[in-house]
Amino acid sequence: MAHDSGSKTFDLKAMLRDERFWKIAFQVITLIVVLLLLSFFLGNLNRNLIQQGRAFGFSFLRNPAGFSIGESLIQYRPNDPYWRALMVGLGNTLTLVVGGIVLTTLLGVVAGVASFSKNWLLQKLSRLYVGLVQNIPLLLQLFFWYFAIFGALPNPANQIGVLGLAFLNNRGVYIPWASSALLAILGIAATVGAAIAALFLWRWRTKIRIETGVGGQAQSIALAVVALAWLAIITVGMDWTVPEGVEGGGVTGGLRLSREYVASLTALVFYTSAFVAEIVRAGIQSVSKGQWEAARTLGLNAGMVMRLVVFPQALRVIIPPMNSQYMNLTKNSSLAFAIAFPEIYSIATTTYNQTGRPVEVFVVMMATYLTLCLLITVVMNQFNRSVQFKER
Amino acid sequence: MTSVTPDSVSSARPDVLALGPVAWAKKNLFSDWFNSLLTILIVGIFGWGIFRLVLWALTVAQWQVIPNNFGLFMSGTFPSQLYTRIWAILAIICGLAGLSWGVLGRNVSTLFSRNVLIGLGAVCAFIVLFPPTRPNSLQLLPMVALVAGGAAAGRQIGRKFPGVGKWISLSWFLSYFVALWLLGGGLGLTKVSTNDWGGLVLTLFTAVSGIVLCFPLGLLLALGRRSALPVVRLLSTAYIELVRGVPLVAFLFMGQVMIPLFLPIGSRPDRILRAVIALALFSAAYLAENVRAGLQAVPRGQREAAMSLGLNTPTTLGLIILPQALKIAIPAIVGQFISLFQDTTLLSIVGLAELLGIGKSILANPAYLGRYAEVYLFLAVIYWFFCYAMSLASRKIEEKLNTEH
Repeated sequence: MAHDSGSKTFDLKAMLRDERFWKIAFQVITLIVVLLLLSFFLGNLNRNLIQQGRAFGFSFLRNPAGFSIGESLIQYRPNDPYWRALMVGLGNTLTLVVGGIVLTTLLGVVAGVASFSKNWLLQKLSRLYVGLVQNIPLLLQLFFWYFAIFGALPNPANQIGVLGLAFLNNRGVYIPWASSALLAILGIAATVGAAIAALFLWRWRTKIRIETGVGGQAQSIALAVVALAWLAIITVGMDWTVPEGVEGGGVTGGLRLSREYVASLTALVFYTSAFVAEIVRAGIQSVSKGQWEAARTLGLNAGMVMRLVVFPQALRVIIPPMNSQYMNLTKNSSLAFAIAFPEIYSIATTTYNQTGRPVEVFVVMMATYLTLCLLITVVMNQFNRSVQFKER
Repeated sequence: MTSVTPDSVSSARPDVLALGPVAWAKKNLFSDWFNSLLTILIVGIFGWGIFRLVLWALTVAQWQVIPNNFGLFMSGTFPSQLYTRIWAILAIICGLAGLSWGVLGRNVSTLFSRNVLIGLGAVCAFIVLFPPTRPNSLQLLPMVALVAGGAAAGRQIGRKFPGVGKWISLSWFLSYFVALWLLGGGLGLTKVSTNDWGGLVLTLFTAVSGIVLCFPLGLLLALGRRSALPVVRLLSTAYIELVRGVPLVAFLFMGQVMIPLFLPIGSRPDRILRAVIALALFSAAYLAENVRAGLQAVPRGQREAAMSLGLNTPTTLGLIILPQALKIAIPAIVGQFISLFQDTTLLSIVGLAELLGIGKSILANPAYLGRYAEVYLFLAVIYWFFCYAMSLASRKIEEKLNTEH
């Protein structure tokens, strides 16, 4: 240190007055306190676990789980190992989260934009929705949807048909679906692929039009071809099966979305969308009024002003907080366990109840959610970079 | 049907306020075909929905479940012969609230403006008319009087002793411990097991305790994350990011199951305490982020100016940086408290009988089988009321802070 490098004798008073000394001392003290606390807690943990005869380790994950799971994306039998049960839970969480993110974005943006509508009723409706939903706990809303709304649907004998295409009863919702899982995956892949191709074609067309003022016909034709191909795959290639009501109640064919899934999805989407609507509203408000006026002066109509001028600029403000809303949605999906939807938290608690290993189960759970949140952050950061100002 | 009056039509100046109802509807509801379609759709769908809801509420719904269990909803299985203690807590809160209102509003010309009087009247009317609260009008009406009286007294006190604000804060702080004593007993009062704490009282208690506990920790974490010392910064950042990546349910589960494992063999803290600790540890990470945003908004020059005046780091933080940062962060912090209040519902999952938990156990009673909609709507109104009041207060504070510069 600086003061004992000189030839002078060690001066305690000078050292105590030296800010540099305190900076290092403070860090050392903090580190020691944290380490002491950790060793106290972990030591106790170790003693407690040894006393219970359960040394830390993950080998129990290979033991047979022995419980059945109501719904799963992958093959699962009760004598499969715990890790497979946890994978089933992860799959169910992912269906909830992915569906939730897509629907939340749609509903949230619509509700946010609606608060700027010229229509007084729609404007007030959007404000009412946000003020109502944000101030009621999600878990209560989840119970309300599950028990009071979807639970109040008629039993299978008196089920409600929707145009002969879908059925609703108190066991779930039945919708048309591809006849096999493989076709369904192909259909989803085709939709995503077509959307990406269309986006690139659209950008290419816009670029050519900006640079030359005319042209872009070839790209327009390519866009039409992509749209037609997608339509053909979706309508003919998917081999749709439509759910059919059975005499005396029940449904065959189609896809059954369980009441637990539908209620969780509805509650998550309605709750998170209210926050997304507020973010979208704030984003649109952040675009200066001059932008609206200039765009209107150029002769764009209200819809085009929003779509071409205001919304792209609002995205800069909207995207960063959306990241945390998507993360909230992911974490809140764990509440679905309260209505017995077998997502990962629910499987993890069952695993804990059967094996009595809280620490390992907690580590698995924490790692899963952290990974999911990290994935969302990485994707959103990429997206964020593409909408920020590009300064020369 | 009203028509546009001739003078508002012939008026030379465009006057938006004088728009007749027909013109108003034409402008705001039927400006073009799309707007008209929207209006018709909304009126159709929501009119039908509201009609069905009212029909259900008046004919099908069996609201008897609410008044029959009102005591349970409010204070769980707290022994009814000791209800005076809960009334005492409410009286303390009402008195202090009135005093604070009076002291804060000491410079307002009329404390009891027309709107406030109407509000107080509405509360009194509600207490007397709402069937569940009617039996307790004798206790509840004096509470309203206490708020009003406290406000009047607080105004006089505030004018006489301008420094009284500090003492009000201190009494709020002390009232927390008095409330704790009145709830749990001991020191001369009959002990009440925490298993008998429940309902709205437990919800409010856990929320307030969570807020009180998470605040100092969150503040330290925010300062740590902004610190120039690498070790402190790393530790704070790691804590904040780890906690923010985990759902609260998982955290509460850890609180219930793992806190005993982390302590010496045989020690097992009370389960409400465990829940409150988990809640506070969780919220602290989120609070830290809100405070950090406030810290970042304080201009760098403030710190440099303080340093050049000879203040050291702790005094710079305490006297210069934090007061400004917290003021900026108030809206976000209130938002955080609202979500903490809502998060207390998750305690029902780990088996505490707070408001939602007691609702679940009432619904499990065969006498009230299937009364989901009634109970959950009632609970939703309670939660909505508290959260909306908090967000309204936050908006008022924000407005006040905005006009100050």
